[in-house]
Amino acid sequence: MITEEKQHIDQKLIQILNQVFDPEIPVLSIIDMGVVRRAVIENNMVKVQITTTYSGCPAMDVIGDDIKKVMREAGYQSEIELILSPAWTTDWITLKGRKGLEEYGVAAPLEADADKEALLGNKKLVKCTNCGSMNTKLVSQFGSTACKALFKCNDCLEPFDYFKCLK
Amino acid sequence: MKTNLYKYILLIADNSLILGQRLGELCGHGPNLETDIACTNISLDLFGQTRSYYQYAAKLKGDNTTEDDVAFLRKEQDYVNVLLVEQPNTDFAYVIAKQFLFDVYHLLFLNELQKSHDVTLSAIAVKSIKEVSYHQRFSSDWIKRLGDGTNTSHQKIQEAINDLWTYTDELFHQTDTDKKMIIEGIGVDVTKLKESYYKRVVDVLKEATLEVPESKWFQKGGKQGIHTEHLGFILTDLQYMQRTFPNMTW
Repeated sequence: MITEEKQHIDQKLIQILNQVFDPEIPVLSIIDMGVVRRAVIENNMVKVQITTTYSGCPAMDVIGDDIKKVMREAGYQSEIELILSPAWTTDWITLKGRKGLEEYGVAAPLEADADKEALLGNKKLVKCTNCGSMNTKLVSQFGSTACKALFKCNDCLEPFDYFKCLK
Repeated sequence: MKTNLYKYILLIADNSLILGQRLGELCGHGPNLETDIACTNISLDLFGQTRSYYQYAAKLKGDNTTEDDVAFLRKEQDYVNVLLVEQPNTDFAYVIAKQFLFDVYHLLFLNELQKSHDVTLSAIAVKSIKEVSYHQRFSSDWIKRLGDGTNTSHQKIQEAINDLWTYTDELFHQTDTDKKMIIEGIGVDVTKLKESYYKRVVDVLKEATLEVPESKWFQKGGKQGIHTEHLGFILTDLQYMQRTFPNMTW
């Protein structure tokens, strides 16, 4: 499974692509997000394949435009292809990406089983990104965007987003 | 053009388009902020899935057809969604009952569609399953909360379930297009989903302390383009911009 889902990104392009951020979570580069599956240079033309996080995610069009912009600035023409398979999973968010999420105030996704318990409100498993308390509660399974759920901390009383596990 | 495949894609995707449009009506009108956002997020997922299907359909059709043409430039009888998804929102109980009765079917259907020999349909199914699992969890949860809630919520959700029950059997009607697609290893045999569907639905209704409707009279017609009057009103909203400014693009 892991091998067929491997990314293929030209070393020269990683640095450029790292300048493109998810418009909804501006601390997370698209590389850390794991949405770039393939990026190669062919005859001075950069070909990039990106995979959607959620089917209806309006950020994908913006990400495509942003890639074209940074590529143009780096002197490349580019072609963006949106691919469906293999389907994106939150497992592809890098360690750096998870850290960035937490610092930005979005709790990083738990493993699938724990995620289910947390989203059914059965167990307290999501840590408050503000004060670090585990005494938190689910407010809504759907948050400000399709990929997030809304939580509230019972100790510091701050609301915060939780990035849902998608597998 | 692969006419049967094109028709088959519409049979799948029109459900998502019309239900997505229905849910979109709740934008700014949900009973509270959280459910408002949840319903519109589900709507967004469904529209996203619809786009993937329609992009594929448009490619099959050729002649510079776009996904927007497929979505907006058809007559009422050319839409082949099931009657269930076009039913009005009425109140929150109806929104949830409709969503639940569709979600259970949708997830079972996609689980089979991912085995399709058509790689695009299979890829869309794999992607959508992840999203629809959340939808089903959301609507099942609300069925239980309303059913096992106050006397009023119990009564309202029971009424909604009773009213919408008549549209459930159509989900399992096999059209000629279905049959042709099954032979090619592309389509799903919906008749085989019926037993698991009612089992899952009945389990949740019982847990929600609700009665399972006994009515054996079922409505049909959506898959043949024969709709309830409600679809016309949805299309009036959906196609407004295209009728006002023909061929407009964003």
